[in-house]
Amino acid sequence: MLKTLGAQIKEFKKVSLLTPVCMIGEVIMEMIIPLMMASIIDDGVEAGNLGHIYAVGAWMVLAAALGLTFGVLGGKFGAKASTGFARNLRKAMYDNIQTFSFSNIDKYSTSGLITRLTTDVTNIQNAYQMILRMCTRAPFSLIIAMTMAFIINAKLASVYVVAVVFLGICMFFLIRTVSKYFRVVFKKYDALNASVQENVSGIRVVKAYVREDYENDKFRKASDNIYKMFVKAEGVIALNNPIMQITVYGCILAISWLGAKMIVGGSLTTGQMMSLLAYCINILMSLMMLSMIFVMVTMSTASAERITEVLNDKADLESPANPVMSVTDGSIAFDHVTFRYYKDSEKPVLDDINLQIKAGETIGIIGGTGSAKSSLVNLISRLYDVTEGKVTVGGRDVRDYDLDTLRNQVAVVLQKNVLFSGTILENLRWGKKDATEEECKEVCRLACADEFIDKMKDGYNTHIEQGGANVSGGQKQRLCIARALLKNPKILILDDSTSAVDTATDAKIRSAFTEKIPGTTKLIIAQRISSVKDADRIIVMEDGHVDGFGTHEELLANNEIYQDVYESQTGGAGDFDANGGEQ
Amino acid sequence: MAGENAKVVRGPMGGNRGARGMKPTIENPGAVFKRLLGYVFKYYAPHCIIVVIAIIINVLASVRGTWFMQTLIDGYIVPLMKADNPDFSGLAGAIGQVGIFYLCGAAAAYLQTKLMIYISQGTLKRLRDTLFTHMESLPIKYFDSHAHGDIMSIYTNDVDTLRQMISQSMPQIFSSAITIVSVFVSMLLLSIPLTIVTLLMVGLVLFTTGKLAGQSGKYFTAQQKDIGALNGYIEEMMEGQKVVKVFCHEDESIQKFDELNNQLFNSADNANKFANILMPVNAQIGNISYVLCAIVGGALALSGFGGFTLGKLASFLTYNKSFNMPINQVSMQLNSIVMALAGADRVFKLLDEKPELDEGYVTLVNAKKENGELTETTERTGIWAWKHYHKADDTTTYVEVNGDVVFNDVDFGYTDEKMVLHNIDLFATPGQKIAFVGSTGAGKTTITNLINRFYDIQDGKIRYDGININKIKKDDLRHSLGIVLQETHLFTGTVMENIRYGKLDATDEEVIAAAKLANADSFIRKLSDGYQTQLTGDGANLSQGQRQLLAIARAAIADPPVLILDEATSSIDTRTEKFVQEGMDQLMKGRTTFVIAHRLSTVKNSDCIMVLEQGRIIERGTHNELIEEKGKYYQLYTGLAANA
Repeated sequence: MLKTLGAQIKEFKKVSLLTPVCMIGEVIMEMIIPLMMASIIDDGVEAGNLGHIYAVGAWMVLAAALGLTFGVLGGKFGAKASTGFARNLRKAMYDNIQTFSFSNIDKYSTSGLITRLTTDVTNIQNAYQMILRMCTRAPFSLIIAMTMAFIINAKLASVYVVAVVFLGICMFFLIRTVSKYFRVVFKKYDALNASVQENVSGIRVVKAYVREDYENDKFRKASDNIYKMFVKAEGVIALNNPIMQITVYGCILAISWLGAKMIVGGSLTTGQMMSLLAYCINILMSLMMLSMIFVMVTMSTASAERITEVLNDKADLESPANPVMSVTDGSIAFDHVTFRYYKDSEKPVLDDINLQIKAGETIGIIGGTGSAKSSLVNLISRLYDVTEGKVTVGGRDVRDYDLDTLRNQVAVVLQKNVLFSGTILENLRWGKKDATEEECKEVCRLACADEFIDKMKDGYNTHIEQGGANVSGGQKQRLCIARALLKNPKILILDDSTSAVDTATDAKIRSAFTEKIPGTTKLIIAQRISSVKDADRIIVMEDGHVDGFGTHEELLANNEIYQDVYESQTGGAGDFDANGGEQ
Repeated sequence: MAGENAKVVRGPMGGNRGARGMKPTIENPGAVFKRLLGYVFKYYAPHCIIVVIAIIINVLASVRGTWFMQTLIDGYIVPLMKADNPDFSGLAGAIGQVGIFYLCGAAAAYLQTKLMIYISQGTLKRLRDTLFTHMESLPIKYFDSHAHGDIMSIYTNDVDTLRQMISQSMPQIFSSAITIVSVFVSMLLLSIPLTIVTLLMVGLVLFTTGKLAGQSGKYFTAQQKDIGALNGYIEEMMEGQKVVKVFCHEDESIQKFDELNNQLFNSADNANKFANILMPVNAQIGNISYVLCAIVGGALALSGFGGFTLGKLASFLTYNKSFNMPINQVSMQLNSIVMALAGADRVFKLLDEKPELDEGYVTLVNAKKENGELTETTERTGIWAWKHYHKADDTTTYVEVNGDVVFNDVDFGYTDEKMVLHNIDLFATPGQKIAFVGSTGAGKTTITNLINRFYDIQDGKIRYDGININKIKKDDLRHSLGIVLQETHLFTGTVMENIRYGKLDATDEEVIAAAKLANADSFIRKLSDGYQTQLTGDGANLSQGQRQLLAIARAAIADPPVLILDEATSSIDTRTEKFVQEGMDQLMKGRTTFVIAHRLSTVKNSDCIMVLEQGRIIERGTHNELIEEKGKYYQLYTGLAANA
């Protein structure tokens, strides 16, 4: 894990190394000051030497100035190193995600990927900065302060050893107990927030069933529970403050007592005693700092693991070594194709599929939810790889093609389609980067999108909001079809892509296809019989099998499922939606 | 992966907050602060007083300890050094005395932190509970007009920043203030010239802090903006990642990402730089202040000016450190306090939202028929009645709940300026099936929102069994209506619990019967744990169609006299719908049902079909009548038929 993450430091190695160096410089300067202090008191004040006071004072100001320089530089380098590291991490993840195939993407949820790219990276950035700046600073200042203390007076300094050991043991037990509590409590806390979210989005259900009191009760119980656990966890932390104070005070008193005796006995000077007392805070604070770093780093390991997971994930499918760079025609064949989403799932999603589709044919695909219609067409543009058998396009196994070549020739309009923020033209040009406005208008006419675009105030330059929030479902689907058409593909796949388009427009789009792009093989998945019945042939899918494959008339005559569906829809698979909404 | 869903709730929300560029600006921070304090004091006044006392004891103990330095050197070490036969018993006594002070201080510190836990966690718990309870009481309008992400962020971000403020910032500021005052007094007592030196340096610290904070604030705002832009882009592209793949658009996607990513790097670098510099700059100015005091103090002690001694110098130097520390701490807390106040402001805004008003007084009661007369009973009889109290003549009448719904010339708009429904007249007699068809935005769902009073009408009247629905208690009105919504929402819990949501005291057998009625039983049994299968994330592990079946079962178990089905079967394929339909027909038997659907097959057998267009009913009648009429319905229907 550390190796994977560390590889992303790249050009920030230098500043990453300079940061701790500067921090050490700052610490040294800070540590020198109490030492000089002793000299001012002993050789200046007590000896009555004003010149010495000024001379050492000047050195001390210089030390402080140097400390300031180191501190500022350390802060600067630390900022650059950590934010740069975060940038590289984000980039590495994002680049890798772009190589992911559908099966990789399925493994992570969309929100999971977003969290990794945002919150998790921020956590790592903070932890990295902490490590660079504090991880050297704290132990170093502990060591130096200890050494200084020993140089001044080994006997008195041993008081600190006792204190450090005592505090160390206390810290260890505190952290161990607390982190155990917190892990549980944060999980519960997340669950509580998840339930708030459910209530916010499902408020209509809550109100419709008059379950406000029930939900309040549920919430109060959960929040009571969290309250109790927080109190317990923080109750342990509460010990931290007094333990620290007792240790510091204990040290001060012990040094005062022993020191006074030694001064009187002549083996210690007043100035030295004061320096020792100044180091006391340094030593114990560093120890506290170390424990804080430890907690923070532990908390960020979960983020680190999630990021590493994405970084180390390899795309499940790639272009072959010597790829075929052109697709001859739009014929498709399935040869004993079996497909599973997960290798170890018992029942395959598609089982022994055999199909022959000629170039230029229009094929309708119909079947109930979960009958694997989408899975079937997803294999054609190699969005997933078959488990057994092979899929051929233009007579060649899809795995022989260069992925970009194949996907540019096999255009898919996905069921869950997305428009991006930008103008309509920009969205359309996803299909073809250098498409002229005329080309764009042409495909919109084909997809019957021109009628509503022309009515918009800014026409083709209308801005589409994120996710296409400002166009209706039917309009969105037509834009998505137009975008795919712009590729001028040999095969066009519509995965339930006109479900929100009214039936009349749907029919118009289909007849435009027949007229304007006769050479393109068209596969149309639909719920409505009316969308597929004038296709050349229709595939009836049922539970991962091809249950029937033939013309509307043939299927109506001898396919039971098709008859059923037809019967349930006759005279009324209509769609009042979308129609009129755009008038 | 298991923890991921839960984690996400916190994660992207924070990003969203950034994306919207929330700036911590509030109109009246003082008032918000006062209200927050009031909220804390209201329930924890004694705790707070003890905490204040504990803080004072703790600070005084530490100030007293520092004072001891002077006594130690001037009162014991110096004289003892001169003594021929040093006697340490006095010193031992003095140390013991200070030790007791210190112990009191430590005990006070423990008491303070311990009590603060109760205060902060208790206040937060109360705040969360009140927030939630209040939120549940808000009208649907609130949820429709506020982004859900923003509401969530009140719970996840704002309450969290408040925790920091209550448990850390507030006691720290208080203890800092006390420390500053008491140390200042002690310093004045020790040496006025040195105090002036210290104050001058503090002025310098404040000046540089202000400068640096201003710079860093500028870059932090830029950083927030860049985070928002980048996170927004990430969200959009991750949502559309499959489309990116299909269009081989990876390179372009990376290009834009790099641009935003580098932009964020620049502003984040600067923002962090200035924040990082603040600490060493202040610390070193503190050190210089210390050194200056040492030099000046040394000179003073030498000259013996104003009776200044070595012991006093030792004490003063320690005070110098303890004077700078709280000032640094407070300046560091400032930013988080401003943020917490902005959070508190949002929390209070939600608490100030007006809850749903309910002036209804007609209630729903169980009834039984005796000699043709309706009387109230406590048993569940299956017969429900509206208990209607008439104030005018002090009588109570009972009306049987039949499901007779009448709309009389109803106008409605979500805002007063724009009406979405006009002159709606509608009569549904008990047991009838009424269907609404029409295009998106025609107002179908709006009509159903009015029956259960999610929204109140502007003009006209809606009567339920002859009673104006404004007179019926909202809870009781909604109890009498079963709704299956367009968007299905399920809750975390088992399948069993989700169906039981419709009737909390339903037995397992009743739940299973309801599931069978909705045709959900067969798929539920195929789930890994059957009815005990845990649903998470709004039922993310189920298909849309399966979720709709569960929602239907949930409505079925509630057994209401009136049913509203808003596109309840839209995600179920037509073949499966045919099976569900049998269950639905069973369910609808004897109940008044309002159906919204875009599939003609779903509405065809309705007693009355209303065709809505732009908020008006343009046609009404049975399927056959509408076909006869040759209007809009006919057009759509035959338009299809022409294709068929």
